[in-house]
This record gives sequence, C-alpha cells and structure tokens, in this order.
Amino acid sequence: MECQECHIRPATLHFTKIINGHKTEVHLCEECAREKGEIMAGSNAFSIHNLLSGLLNFEQPMEANGGSHEHDPLQCPKCGLTYNEFTRIGKFGCDECYKTFDEKLNPILRKVHSGNTAHIGKIPRRMGKDISARRKILDLKDRLQELVEKEEFEEAAKTRDLIRELERGGDQ
Amino acid sequence: MSLQHFINHAVSPWMQADGPDADIVLSSRIRLARNLSEFAFPVIASKEQAQKALYFIKEKLEDESYHSLGTFEWLQMNELQSIEKRVLVEKHLISPNLDKESGDSAVLINESESVSIMVNEEDHLRIQCLFPGFQLNEALTLANGIDDWIESKFDYAFDEKRGYLTSCPTNVGTGLRASVMVHLPALMITQRMNRIAPAINQFGLVVRGIYGEGSEALGNVFQISNQITLGKSEEDIVEDLRGVVMQLIQQEKVARRDLLKMSKIQLEDRIYRSYGVLAHSRIIHSKEAAKCLSDVRLGIDLGIISGLPRTILNELMVLTQPGFLQHYFKESLTPDERDVRRATLIRERIQLEQNQDEPRD
Repeated sequence: MECQECHIRPATLHFTKIINGHKTEVHLCEECAREKGEIMAGSNAFSIHNLLSGLLNFEQPMEANGGSHEHDPLQCPKCGLTYNEFTRIGKFGCDECYKTFDEKLNPILRKVHSGNTAHIGKIPRRMGKDISARRKILDLKDRLQELVEKEEFEEAAKTRDLIRELERGGDQ
Repeated sequence: MSLQHFINHAVSPWMQADGPDADIVLSSRIRLARNLSEFAFPVIASKEQAQKALYFIKEKLEDESYHSLGTFEWLQMNELQSIEKRVLVEKHLISPNLDKESGDSAVLINESESVSIMVNEEDHLRIQCLFPGFQLNEALTLANGIDDWIESKFDYAFDEKRGYLTSCPTNVGTGLRASVMVHLPALMITQRMNRIAPAINQFGLVVRGIYGEGSEALGNVFQISNQITLGKSEEDIVEDLRGVVMQLIQQEKVARRDLLKMSKIQLEDRIYRSYGVLAHSRIIHSKEAAKCLSDVRLGIDLGIISGLPRTILNELMVLTQPGFLQHYFKESLTPDERDVRRATLIRERIQLEQNQDEPRD
C-alpha cells in the first residue's frame, strides 16, 4: 500500500482516527507522518536507550546460565520493578531501584560512562549538607594517609586535628 | 496576523540577542535531569502516581519567579493543541517525548523563553537553560541556581555514590547535558568536517545534525554535547566541551579564511545565488531552504551580504519547519503546499528587512 500523502513511499504506519465518532483510516509513510505531526520526531527513532537496553539484554543470558532460578529474584521493594524488566526497558523505576540492583550496576555504568561508576560532581545544597561534610572528612583522611606515608608528620598532625574538629562539628 | 508579529511570537526573545562568537556558535544549552525521591519515575508511574507528582510540582512552582527570570508559566500538555505542542518542540522548549498520550506532563517557561522546566518527561524535572552564542559557563551557573532554588522546595532522588538518580542510566551522576549549536559551513564546503567529527567523538562528545534526520545536518548546523554524565564534575564536563568547541571555532575560521583567499569569486557566486533563490523562488523544499539559508548566513558573517540580520538563519530554520508553517497559515498543508508557503514566508521575511526604513501598516 502506498502512502496516501506522498503517493511515493510505501505506507508503514496504519492507524484509525476517531473524531466525534467519525472513523477514518490513515495510511502514511514515516516521513509524511512526521511532517504532518501525526508522530513526533524522535519518538520512533532508534535512540541511545534502545541501544542501551540491547546492551543490558545481552548480559542477561550469560548471567542466567549461572543461576538456577527461572523467575527473577531481584525486585525493587518501592516501585515493584524487576531486574528483568529493567533490562528490557533500560530505565529505572525509582530511586530505590539503584540500591536494589546495586551489585549489578557497575558493569553497566562502566560501559555507558567510560569506566566511571561513582559520582564526583554536585551535591544538593540543602539535602546534601551532611554528605558534603562527610566527603570533606574522607578527602582529608586520604590526605592524612598520604602525609603519613611521606613522613610529613607536622602537616599530618594539623590535618588530623582538622578532621577531629569537623567530626565533632558533625555530631552537634 | 502580520509576519513581524508572528516572528516576535515565534522566535524566542533570548534567540534574538547576539552572544559571544555568534558568527559560529548559535546557542549554548545546559540541561539538568532531576527526580523527586517521593514518587516513582514517570516512565513506570501509574496514571494516578504521575498526576500526583504533577500537581505536587505544580503547586510549588506555578507562577513562582526566580531572580530576574520573571514568572514561570505552567503549560500542561493535555490542555494544548497538537500544533501548539509541535511549535514548542520546534522551538526546542520541550522534547518530543514530553507529549504523551496520558497528558500528565507539563512545562514551565519563563517570559524570554530562555529557561524551560519540563515536568514528567522521562524524569520528574528537566531544567533547561538556553543562551545565545557561546556561553556555556553562564548557562551552567544559571542552571545551578535554578536547581538550588527548586531543591529548596523538594527532596531530590540523590545518592552519595551514584549522584543524581535518573530514570536512564545514561544520565545518572550529574544529570547534566551540555550542548552547543554550531554553524560550520566552511568546514562542510571544504569537506574538513569529515575528519573532525570522528575526532570529536573520541573525546566522549557527540556530534549530530539538529535539523533533518540521521547523519544529515541540514543548514550545516550541528549540535555537540557531552555523552558521559558520571564520574566527572559539572565544571569539567563543561570545560571539556568548551575546549573542543573552541578548537572547532578556530578550524571554521581558518576554513572561512582559506575559502576567501583561494576561491573568493566562487564563494561569492554561491552566496549570491542562494540569496537570489531565497528572495525570489516560488517553491522551495526544506532541504534547499536550509542550504540557501546557510550560504546567506555565511555571506552575512563574512561581510559579503549586508542589510540582513545574522539571526535570520536560526529564525528561518525554525519558522520554515512544518509545524510553524501550518501554525502561521493556520491550516493543515500538504508537502507541495508547504513548499509554496515556505517560499512565500521566506520572501516576505527578506522584504521585511529591505523595507525596514519605510513605514508599515
């Protein structure tokens, strides 16, 4: 069947419009449908997400070989999304999913983000106050370790005091 | 409606201003993806949950204002005509994905349309800041400010290890997508872009055409954006993109100079022919229009053509897209009809400029 709009390309989209009870059959090629605004550009396009979900699915059989369970044991307690479902749609269902699927995430994130698995950017200003403080202490502890290894004890003592001070501040 | 009036409404005010390096960089954009921890993400939320999140957000953000941005207007998708939604997409104020059948999504837009906040797209919130020219840092600063302001009202889905939690694993961490729209006619004419694009990909950046489909870049307009959102700070992501774009600007300038030096008359001929087509044709396809607009814009940037504003490329690229054409002529048009109307609109637009000193009614 040819496209009823351009009469050149074959119609690949067939749908029925019902407006005020009046039924009309529409047969369009993708290009004309997009131009007419019947479908929005991009909604049908092959996207990075399709690619990603392919990537996730690819891992599935390999892991399934090791496991003896037929049903999927991993399910998010908050939104109900299963790991299988996650690999199919390539999307998380809620914030809790990240915790639920945590042990499976590193390989996926590494692939998508050039080997990275941890966030080092912005921390929410209001909610993340504790995190910011804790992160600073962790950084300082790393530094302390370095200083001790380099035997720069004077500087290390100062850093230790600073850590103590920050940790006390956190308790209050 | 007069054309002038239509343009004033059709082209976002922020787009009419000139920015730094505006001869090559058309615009800079920062997008932050954010979710609320209280609700399931829109991709799997039930209708009831999606509505709950939508109204929860609406209550706290509708008609609110942030510093000098003015108040945010709330546009709910199920209250808009499909042509209106299409126009918002063509203005890059919403993504095509925001328009869902359920209609439980919305967008907040400020008066100058430089900021849009999509609600219930793939994530609960998508904050987008647009600046004319090359102003990535400015856009990031503004986006961060708006982000802090919104975060003062909502509990975000955030995890110390993974950062801002997004529906898609490709956005997790910073949730940041930084992009610039660049016009690279000389690199295309000299065919140097073929070698440059793969090199850009090596830096973890993505190059794609904005108008047109697939690898084809209509009007020689490209979008360059970061791919990685995790394991890099926001500042580093923006800085890496900025560095590459600065190189591109340099390369494009060299290519323009080479063209002028080696084939000035051929270049002038090409530009004036395109100008002639735009000013006089009666039927024009979007592809040809894009090519001619790119040539004319290059002519303006090189001082070969005067009396036309630089923004004519961005403006007419947007205005001559199917959604806008049908919006302007207020009717549904077949592709053949559109080519005729497109030619009319472009001619009128150019005449508008030529008659500018004369009184208009």
